[in-house]
Amino acid sequence: MALIEVRDIHKVYHMGEVEVRALQGVTLDIEGGDYVAIMGPSGSGKSTLMNLIGCLDTPTEGSYLLDGEDVSHLSPDRLAAVRNRQIGFVFQQFNLLPRASALQNVELPLVYGGAGNTREPAMRSLERVGLGDRAHHRPRELSGGEQQRVAIARALVNNPNIVLADEPTGNLDTRTGEEILVLFDELNADGITMVVVTHDARVAGGTRRIVRFVDGNIDTDQINHQGAPGGNHA
Amino acid sequence: MNLLEALRAAYASLMANKSRSLLTMLGVIIGVAAVLVVVAIGEGLKADTLDRIRSLGTNLIMVFPGAGRGFGPTTRPGRLTEEDVAALRSGARQISAIAPVVQTSVTAKYRNLTHSTQVVGTNTDWAHAMAFEIAEGRFLSDSEVRARSRVAVIGTEVMTELFYGRALLGEFIRLNGVPFEVIGILEEKGGGWGNPDNQIVIPMSTARQRLVGNANVSRIYISAASEGVVPDVIESVKQVLRRTHRVTEMTEDFRIRDQTEFLATISETTGQLTMFVGGIALVSLLVGGVGIMNIMLVSVAERTREIGIRKAVGARRRDILAQFLIESTLLSVIGGLIGIAIGFSVSRALGGTLGWQTVVPMWSVVAAFLFSGAVGVFFGWYPARTAAMLDPIECLRYE
Repeated sequence: MALIEVRDIHKVYHMGEVEVRALQGVTLDIEGGDYVAIMGPSGSGKSTLMNLIGCLDTPTEGSYLLDGEDVSHLSPDRLAAVRNRQIGFVFQQFNLLPRASALQNVELPLVYGGAGNTREPAMRSLERVGLGDRAHHRPRELSGGEQQRVAIARALVNNPNIVLADEPTGNLDTRTGEEILVLFDELNADGITMVVVTHDARVAGGTRRIVRFVDGNIDTDQINHQGAPGGNHA
Repeated sequence: MNLLEALRAAYASLMANKSRSLLTMLGVIIGVAAVLVVVAIGEGLKADTLDRIRSLGTNLIMVFPGAGRGFGPTTRPGRLTEEDVAALRSGARQISAIAPVVQTSVTAKYRNLTHSTQVVGTNTDWAHAMAFEIAEGRFLSDSEVRARSRVAVIGTEVMTELFYGRALLGEFIRLNGVPFEVIGILEEKGGGWGNPDNQIVIPMSTARQRLVGNANVSRIYISAASEGVVPDVIESVKQVLRRTHRVTEMTEDFRIRDQTEFLATISETTGQLTMFVGGIALVSLLVGGVGIMNIMLVSVAERTREIGIRKAVGARRRDILAQFLIESTLLSVIGGLIGIAIGFSVSRALGGTLGWQTVVPMWSVVAAFLFSGAVGVFFGWYPARTAAMLDPIECLRYE
């Protein structure tokens, strides 16, 4: 049984009068510990799929089993709990709370998870991404790369099975982007399933599997023989 | 999320927009302060009035001719006589003073000064029954009452008008042309019913002979031996008067009032007035609540992305609801506390500069505080719910 089992998923949006068929019968399995890049042009449905895999949204049709549990028809609050426990998000825009310190940002998932002690796990998570000494800085006092590391620390703090990254290097310069990808390789080496949406061939090049989307469905799905393990991004 | 953490977060968020938060609070601040000041003035007025009534003595019982309810109009005519007084003196129990009164308006004259005032014809018990001290000289004596002496004890206002405020004992004043020797000055009461400082007390016998003719007794003041026995004395007075007037409870032709009843009436009336005006002030607090709702809606819109981030990392709807509800409530409660502080100061300042007695009762502080909290919850609910129901994907896409 795969960690992520997506079965014949359809997603239809209604933008006023217009009906948008964002996904048209996608079926995809991702094994635990895999490292997958999802590519494709804008509007191909890759972001919609990421939202579904990330339990931010539910499909119009079809089913989604996450770690054996059908999460395709859960209530918003149940989905929130699933996201909190199982999934870490890394965004292109970093999406940190501007007024909170790095540590407070990382504590956030612990707070919503009802953890009694939030400080130490958050601190450990920051140390894991190499930012133990920046814990009390606010996002605007950090560089772009550091901000993205804080976001990764936040994604990791609840020990999720899966980290979903949406263009994680899109707002970073090449060198900083590479550093982030090295960090991703390490996480994957630690057994975390990584799913990365990207346009960037260099990002995709370091993964083990590349899934290409066109017009709301999978176009190609290839094993990337040059990819991880072993930190090919390095 | 624990409450302390949530409160700290809400506080930080309010402090991030200091001037906006303060302006939003202003409605609540003004509302709470207004309620507090209005209630303080009302309660002060009440305390002031009650003090004045109490200064007449809480043991005082008044008997009026004619039946009637409360202080309302007479429903059955009747009269009181000196025989009634005599019967009460011998028949009623636990009485420490009994003073019949005849009363009329006169023009008092001293040299070329005149002053309109009330003459009270009574006996030696009057000062005790009315709880009047004598400031200068002495009160009427039994022999003067028996001898129909032309002696007068005057109030401070009369002294001011005729004697330029000097206690000219032994001087003669003319009441409707009849000369009276001033033998005493009543202490100043500073207000009360029928202006107690503007009266002249003379023996009842003299008043009958010289000023009012053979008029009936207009009222009888009785002082109970103590405040506790007032109801017993009233009952005893009723029994005696029913016997002498040959009437039953149904056909009574007199009425008896005591101060406790009067106090209750006044206290109730001013209390209602305070509630009414306080209620109007409360409306401004509601307007303040609308201001909070408005600014919270703005805040939710501004922080759409933050809501999306929180939801993405696992915030449930009730977490977001609580977050915004705590913010709006904190806003209104801080406003409430500032309002209470201002209300206190203004009440005190009014007491100091205008000389009004103001009393800020604890219940009004507690009520204002709780109400401001309720305003925050009530008007914060809609914006908070709006935030809680937002779709995380939409929020994250929001620029």
